[in-house]
Amino acid sequence: MTALDLVTSSAVPSTLSALRAPRPAGGSLVQQFEYGLDAPICLTWELTYACNLSCVHCLSSSGRRDPRELSTAQCESVIDELQAMQVFYVNIGGGEPTVRPDFWHLLDYAVDHQVGVKFSTNGVRITPDRARFLASSNYVDVQVSLDGATAEVNDHVRGVGSYAMARTALTNLAEAGFKDAKISVVVTRHNVGQLDDFKKLADDHGATLRLTRLRPSGRGADVWDELHPTQSQQRDLYNWLLNAGERVLTGDSFFHLAGFGESLPGLNLCGAGRVVCLIDPVGDVYACPFAIHEEFLAGNVLESGGFATVWRTSELFADLRSPQTSGACTRCQFFDSCRGGCMAAKFFTGLPLDGPDPECVQGYGESALADPDREARSSSQDHSHRTTRAGVGPVPVEIGFGIPAPSAPPVHACAENPLAGFDPLGR
Amino acid sequence: MAVPDVAVSLDEPWHLSPSVAIRPESFGALAYHFGNRRLTFLKRPELLAVVQGLDEAADVRTALANAGVPSDEWTAYVAALDSLASADMIRPRTGQDSAP
Repeated sequence: MTALDLVTSSAVPSTLSALRAPRPAGGSLVQQFEYGLDAPICLTWELTYACNLSCVHCLSSSGRRDPRELSTAQCESVIDELQAMQVFYVNIGGGEPTVRPDFWHLLDYAVDHQVGVKFSTNGVRITPDRARFLASSNYVDVQVSLDGATAEVNDHVRGVGSYAMARTALTNLAEAGFKDAKISVVVTRHNVGQLDDFKKLADDHGATLRLTRLRPSGRGADVWDELHPTQSQQRDLYNWLLNAGERVLTGDSFFHLAGFGESLPGLNLCGAGRVVCLIDPVGDVYACPFAIHEEFLAGNVLESGGFATVWRTSELFADLRSPQTSGACTRCQFFDSCRGGCMAAKFFTGLPLDGPDPECVQGYGESALADPDREARSSSQDHSHRTTRAGVGPVPVEIGFGIPAPSAPPVHACAENPLAGFDPLGR
Repeated sequence: MAVPDVAVSLDEPWHLSPSVAIRPESFGALAYHFGNRRLTFLKRPELLAVVQGLDEAADVRTALANAGVPSDEWTAYVAALDSLASADMIRPRTGQDSAP
């Protein structure tokens, strides 16, 4: 008997029915996953859109709490359902999930119902006390977001003070004896040169480094052109990841890099609606965490039948589990490894879903992005803070007239003329 | 958590680790270990039947036979059980097993 392929094991799975096409018997796991599962392998659940930060690349355009946010009781019902469906763990995020007053209760509730939790935080509530509480649970995993190995690089994206806050949280966790926290980094043009520094930081804290891809989703759409790694940086990243192997987690988010040749560890497939999905703070179910847009909205957990019915019967998910047309990509020799790349990245950059990924390493994305008819799309919801924080956002336009001279007379409070008080001669 | 450094043999009694939950799927099953957070895919329904039958069978041989696995595939199945053992998904049954 030659080797029968019976088992595949994965250290930390990703971040990975009503079927239209009949499922083939046997075949690879990836082929099986493309037809969907009875329940997600894991799912992302954003508990709140409220956030103390205003990161420029926020996937969910978070900032302000949504008044329709699920109540504590509604969240508990969702957890009951996940337990019944045997969803073994959830990735909880936001917003900043720990700013919900019932966050710690929901954490306990999930763990008590055999739903393991990994939550993402910017560290704001990870006090020494909370760190000790977290260290006492076997089933909770903490992921601290950091997008620069130095305050300068991090705070440019995440806001002033956010680097110090994350470092304090990591120190508190390490001192409390919390084992194997995750440091979660979105790889950008500015921090891709700091990968060794991030790895060292993780090692110094007894933590594991997790790198994920910058997606043009949410507010990320506004900064993607400026922040996504260049073609040569992608090559460096690929080599770094190959060398790091399973010692660095990626949430399987770099499968588009497989087009360089070798597949990276993990599932090299788009799991949207097949093995993963997202529940947002108001209970809307989207195909994946990077696709918060009405086109990828499958339903809401408050509808009759709840989450299970959305997962098993939504038209959208049935479509995603049907064989996909991948257009010209299928003629590329690397198609089997990258499978056309990330659906959300294509969607939000305005590329056709059956074409190449915008960051296709074979260069097909660049020509697609050059299409003059291309129209980038923006998120269909926006909970951004209405005020902007200092030092980010559009560069203020400077008009060279100088500051008004102190001798200028005060403008009347009711002056309606938009040019009231403006003197082009700049006295 | 100490993982016993043993190989699975046909003559031994084994069982599922107490920290492992199994979710059947059409291709086989997902097995999740709440302690070490490893997820493992059992890629054949027959392997699921073997794993689920371990506890009641006197030994691995009986579990394989009960699950209807043809004897010329036993070597491959024992290798699969070995890899499950190395991830602490299954454990040797020693009469009194303690939870992790």
